[in-house]
Amino acid sequence: MATATTLVDAAPAERPTAELERRARAQTRVRWELLTQLVRKDLKVKYQNSTLGFAWSLLNPLFLLAVYSVIFGVILGSGVPKFPVYLMSGLLAWNVFGGAASLGAVSVTGNSGLVKKVRFPMLVLPLSAVGFALVHFVLQLGVFIVVLLAFRVHFWGLQLLMFPLALVLITVWSSAFAVLVAALNVRYRDTEHLLELLMFAWFWGSGAIFASGLIATKTHSSTWTRVFFADPPAAALALMHRAFYPSATATTGPGGRGPGGSTVLPDPGYAWYVEQWGVALVASLVLLWFARRLFQRRQAHFAEEL
Amino acid sequence: MTDEAPVISAYDVSKRFVTKRRETSLKESAVRRGLRRGPRIEKDDFWALRGISLEIGRGQTVGLIGHNGSGKSTLLKTLAGILQPDSGSAHIIGRVASLLELGAGFNAELSGRDNVYLNAALLGLSRQETDDLFDSIVEFSELGDRIDDPVKVYSSGMYVKLGFAVAVHVDPDVLLIDEVLAVGDEAFQEKCLARIKGFQEAGKTILFVSHALDIVRSLCDRAIVLDHGRMVYDGDSDHAVRLLRGLLGVAELPETMAEAIKAEVVPLAIEDIEVAATPGGERLYAFGQGDPLAIRVHLDVQMDEQVWGGGDVTVVVMTGESTPLWVMSGGGEAHVRPEVGPWIVDFVVPVMPPVRGPFTVAVSVRDSASDRVLVARQFENALAAPGDIAEGWVYVPYEASVAQGIRT
Repeated sequence: MATATTLVDAAPAERPTAELERRARAQTRVRWELLTQLVRKDLKVKYQNSTLGFAWSLLNPLFLLAVYSVIFGVILGSGVPKFPVYLMSGLLAWNVFGGAASLGAVSVTGNSGLVKKVRFPMLVLPLSAVGFALVHFVLQLGVFIVVLLAFRVHFWGLQLLMFPLALVLITVWSSAFAVLVAALNVRYRDTEHLLELLMFAWFWGSGAIFASGLIATKTHSSTWTRVFFADPPAAALALMHRAFYPSATATTGPGGRGPGGSTVLPDPGYAWYVEQWGVALVASLVLLWFARRLFQRRQAHFAEEL
Repeated sequence: MTDEAPVISAYDVSKRFVTKRRETSLKESAVRRGLRRGPRIEKDDFWALRGISLEIGRGQTVGLIGHNGSGKSTLLKTLAGILQPDSGSAHIIGRVASLLELGAGFNAELSGRDNVYLNAALLGLSRQETDDLFDSIVEFSELGDRIDDPVKVYSSGMYVKLGFAVAVHVDPDVLLIDEVLAVGDEAFQEKCLARIKGFQEAGKTILFVSHALDIVRSLCDRAIVLDHGRMVYDGDSDHAVRLLRGLLGVAELPETMAEAIKAEVVPLAIEDIEVAATPGGERLYAFGQGDPLAIRVHLDVQMDEQVWGGGDVTVVVMTGESTPLWVMSGGGEAHVRPEVGPWIVDFVVPVMPPVRGPFTVAVSVRDSASDRVLVARQFENALAAPGDIAEGWVYVPYEASVAQGIRT
């Protein structure tokens, strides 16, 4: 074809060294194009052969939502009014982290064909796991909005400003964590299994299931409350709750067997959330810096260790 | 062009592979650290590359040849930046397209089309660039409608065609090719070779590994010969190919061979040796202690005094582990004059020394003027002396006595 011939004829002997350096960098730096291609690859591989396709990725969390709502909302009695709304707003953020962590852990080990045969910026592998989780986040957000409308929740308002903050925080944190576990799992293959245990405990401790206002009520200490919500996933979940939960001042009802008389949310205002967001974001950025450094140092050996 | 920075450069690159892996689980690692044992086991290392230095300038096509396991692919991967050298440094400037293996980087589940986009993105292209090239890639690959089939149903030939099509379309500055052309039908190979020639004319830099020595000779002016991870020759491809063909007959390449090859001129060949009791006598293998031993070396001198001034023959009798037992270097008597034709050099040992075991005989010829090794060859298990080498290579008479008591 004519295009190809022209390209070959463009003699690179005349390409200045600076241009060659630039073209070399295009192969060693993380580029948006490469990131999106890898996310597309993962999505296609996962869904192209399943008949339900994307619907699966939505049914799965909805099913989880239904089970948790019945167990904690009805049987055990969390006492949280409109519990499914509370639960799902938190789960949305948690799923980004959970998905990015579990996929991120195997992102390098599972792509050994690429790592061993092609020179490319390997950092895109854990980042594409985050991208994959974010795609599902967007889809689940759509479902969530339908749920909100079904519960006749009035969610339009100033509190929605908490949502982009939550999204930024959980994305940065998930990226940092995915990069870290991806590098660790190459060296220590049981990282992915230990990670499952860690994520299990983390999930229950992040305030996804119980009213996070309980932390302040139980500890009687605003300092400890702040420490608890310095945990980036917990902070992101709190921000999501504040953004979507219909009442900032709701208290857990006495009807359930759960503890009554506590606020559902840790704080009714906005300032507290923004402050916690700042603290958690700094923590995330510190981890990101550290994880990236570890990854860059280790990646030279990935091809051999796989 | 000469004052430009080389496109591919390596400085004193060594690469070691550790076959016994360090502990790979966090649990195990924690336990070991707790026990304060040595953290790593580093037995069974082997050096895949040792002290390789090279520079390849723009527009050169260089062949990389050597027998299996000589380190060719490791060198290519190290240059490509996939493997990290243990010491030294390797660097390439420009866009690198590497064809290290059939369909490297292809995902079996995805269609050919998706894989083209993924591969192009890995090679540093933007989506727009790939869109523009896509039709041409498909045409070159000869896949037609099958481009939309998942690549797991492709034949190996189709894999190569698609991989090669992508690699040549991304407008690389440097092309690294590892023996992939061997697959695929002849017509396609022709097409690939034509494409490579087109690259040469366009002034691109190509480094390729091949066992097809004739292709190396026709495509490259320069070739690099690797042997056991060392670079033994870098220069004229005709000469490199001749050297490798000569080497392939030799099981083990001794250290001195590297020097021989660097001399570039090989004016004679070591044809054979004969081991007997007397020079020219009936061939023997086993020799008892005190027996006479004669080693006859057959040489074929191929060049006359215009090229060289004659050489001195050395014979080394070694253990199976290549430890020299004794050296016979002639001292002037074993001098071969630069006269074309067959030569015979005899070494006579009147009394076989008190040794045991199978022995290797290494023969080398040094240039009399420069003292450089011109040619060397080993003959494994060429002769033996009966006895169990578990008792040592040498018979030593001794007496032992026993007494009860304390040390004084």
